[in-house]
Amino acid sequence: MTAIDPTAHLTAQQIEELGRELDAIRDEVITGRGEKDAAYIRKVISAQRKLELVSRGVLLFSIFPPAWLLGTAGLSVAKIMDNMEIGHNILHGQWDWMRDPKIHSTTWEWDHVSPSEQWKHSHNELHHTYTNVIGKDNDLGYGIMRVDEDQRWHPIHLGQPLWNFINACFFEYGIAAYDLELGKNLHKRRRKNPEFRARAKAVGRKIRKQVLKDYVIHPLLSGPSFLPTLAATFTANLVRNIWSHSVIMCGHFPEGVQVFERRSIKGETRGQWYLRQMMGSANISGSKAMHFMTGNLSHQIEHHLFPDLPSNRYAEVAVKVRALFEKYELEYVTGPLPKQVFSAWHKVFRLSLPNKKTKVNTPERERELVAA
Amino acid sequence: MVTTPLLPSDYLDLVSPLRAGADLRGRIEAVHPETGDAATIVIRPGRGWRGHTAGQYVRIGVDVDGVRLWRAYSLTSPTNRQDGRVTITVKAIPDGKVSNHLVRGAKPGTLIQLDQPTGDFVLPQAKPAKVLYLTAGSGITPVMGMLRDTEFDDVVMVHCAPQPQDVIFRNELHDLVADKRLRLTEVHTDTDGMLDIARLDELVPDWAERETWACGPAGLLDAAEKHWSEHGVQERLHTERFRPSIVVAGDGGEVTFSATGKTVDADGATPLLDIGEEAGVLMPSGCRMGICFGCVTPLKAGAVRDLRTGEITEAEPGVLIQTCVSAAAGPCDIER
Repeated sequence: MTAIDPTAHLTAQQIEELGRELDAIRDEVITGRGEKDAAYIRKVISAQRKLELVSRGVLLFSIFPPAWLLGTAGLSVAKIMDNMEIGHNILHGQWDWMRDPKIHSTTWEWDHVSPSEQWKHSHNELHHTYTNVIGKDNDLGYGIMRVDEDQRWHPIHLGQPLWNFINACFFEYGIAAYDLELGKNLHKRRRKNPEFRARAKAVGRKIRKQVLKDYVIHPLLSGPSFLPTLAATFTANLVRNIWSHSVIMCGHFPEGVQVFERRSIKGETRGQWYLRQMMGSANISGSKAMHFMTGNLSHQIEHHLFPDLPSNRYAEVAVKVRALFEKYELEYVTGPLPKQVFSAWHKVFRLSLPNKKTKVNTPERERELVAA
Repeated sequence: MVTTPLLPSDYLDLVSPLRAGADLRGRIEAVHPETGDAATIVIRPGRGWRGHTAGQYVRIGVDVDGVRLWRAYSLTSPTNRQDGRVTITVKAIPDGKVSNHLVRGAKPGTLIQLDQPTGDFVLPQAKPAKVLYLTAGSGITPVMGMLRDTEFDDVVMVHCAPQPQDVIFRNELHDLVADKRLRLTEVHTDTDGMLDIARLDELVPDWAERETWACGPAGLLDAAEKHWSEHGVQERLHTERFRPSIVVAGDGGEVTFSATGKTVDADGATPLLDIGEEAGVLMPSGCRMGICFGCVTPLKAGAVRDLRTGEITEAEPGVLIQTCVSAAAGPCDIER
């Protein structure tokens, strides 16, 4: 968090006007949704399924190194597509307007150990509503890290670069634990809560299925290629985990992104909510292929403003949103992937230590936070 | 297990969407214009198609501008068509999203969703000696399915359309007349005016002795039902309606779609089906006229009003409502 509120120059009136302009951008996309968009998501789903099938087929012969390499690369990409451009976005309801029960947020399940139902609650309801509000949005460090000066330092944070690395490697399990709110729910009193137990069971079932598929059935089907296939599916999951972890870190952790105090969102108007999303997210710049592989979360700012617009439209929306940032003299945080990943990791390392200066809670700063 | 979280069918659908065991679908193979605003769609149904009885309709799901919409259309092909294809004949109605799309925008090769054919507007097992078909506009479509399917010794048809060129299947009907397999009276309502049901005595003097199938707008069917009842022969009249006939509106209320977690305000005149679809809820739908029961949904709490009768249904365990003909009657909770 910067010491100066970057939105202080805006009057309440301007903020509401900004909200109206954003609403207009949203309405334009909604009225323009149609056949082309539907064809897009169907094409992506079909391509993902074919790629996964072919890659898994190739891996049946993974005892030959070129087959291993090709199959592993293909499966990694297929898993990334499944989670990012397809799963994440369908579960947001971006494609619900098509009324196709096979491509709908209420029926979709993804190649991930967290059941979509639980992920939708923690992600869509909590993270997207309370984006970057300390104490409300658990995505701020996932409850294991300190990612802002205003979060209290604790000696456990000394290890956070390591926690973050482990979390990156096993990100889907991290997400599942996080969706279960394990940290909170493992307390003695809560552990026996029947609702928690039911959810934990659902996660257990999902993990069992995923593990059985990737680490038992597929390797067994490969016969003499058993071990190479096992290594391949493990690698593909690892690649997918590290990739999605990196993309997601870039969404809210890089330098320049704002966080907010719990009190600051009391009685928040639509315009203020929009503004918080604008200041609390960061984009990744890059090629079309890069945007696609991030599931268009490279347009994190646009995604946070309009989480339910079809992902293939974020690129065109971004042009208009960026113009609004300029018009209202706000900082549009964006950069190439390596730069943003470095920036996020830098923060993880820096904040593993206590704050250098103790100016955090001066009365002056309190006022700024409230104004934010 | 091998394909989790997907099913093997999700992969098979990529290559063979019409195979046995798949969700029932069909492929549009041809579109033949019939009149200026009507067309016949030739469909190859999937392997799971169980076949129809003449006069029945089928619910189809079509993607219009990317949005899946379901409607019911009468089957117009005979049941014994050699190539296994079936046809529906669609008349474009003003502002009709699906009908206009099918008549003017449907492309051969397109996949559509199908349900098994259904409906009890059908011919009986035992052949009646004398038959009357009383139809208007697109009401001719289920009857054409019957005419093409089963021959009777004595068939009379009275059909109403604005002008001669608006009569769907006109050439085929006239061929049947030329072969003396049908007696046909066309009523051209632009010049002759609407059909006065009392004129039946003059057009078909023995109408009361005939087993009659009637299909058309509500006005015609209401008049026919009254007429047949007054003469005490209502058991000879079979009708098929394309629209719910009575609209009774009242106060609306707040509607909660609890499975989706959405709450919206609804007036007392709009069907809950439309309310849900507008809100982005995945609502099953079908005929949109209260006959096919493709839209039934549990009512968890509150009350709804049947738009055809004004009857109020209150929530109880196991109560299912037809969302296409029910509107909110105060706050209610729908399990979608």
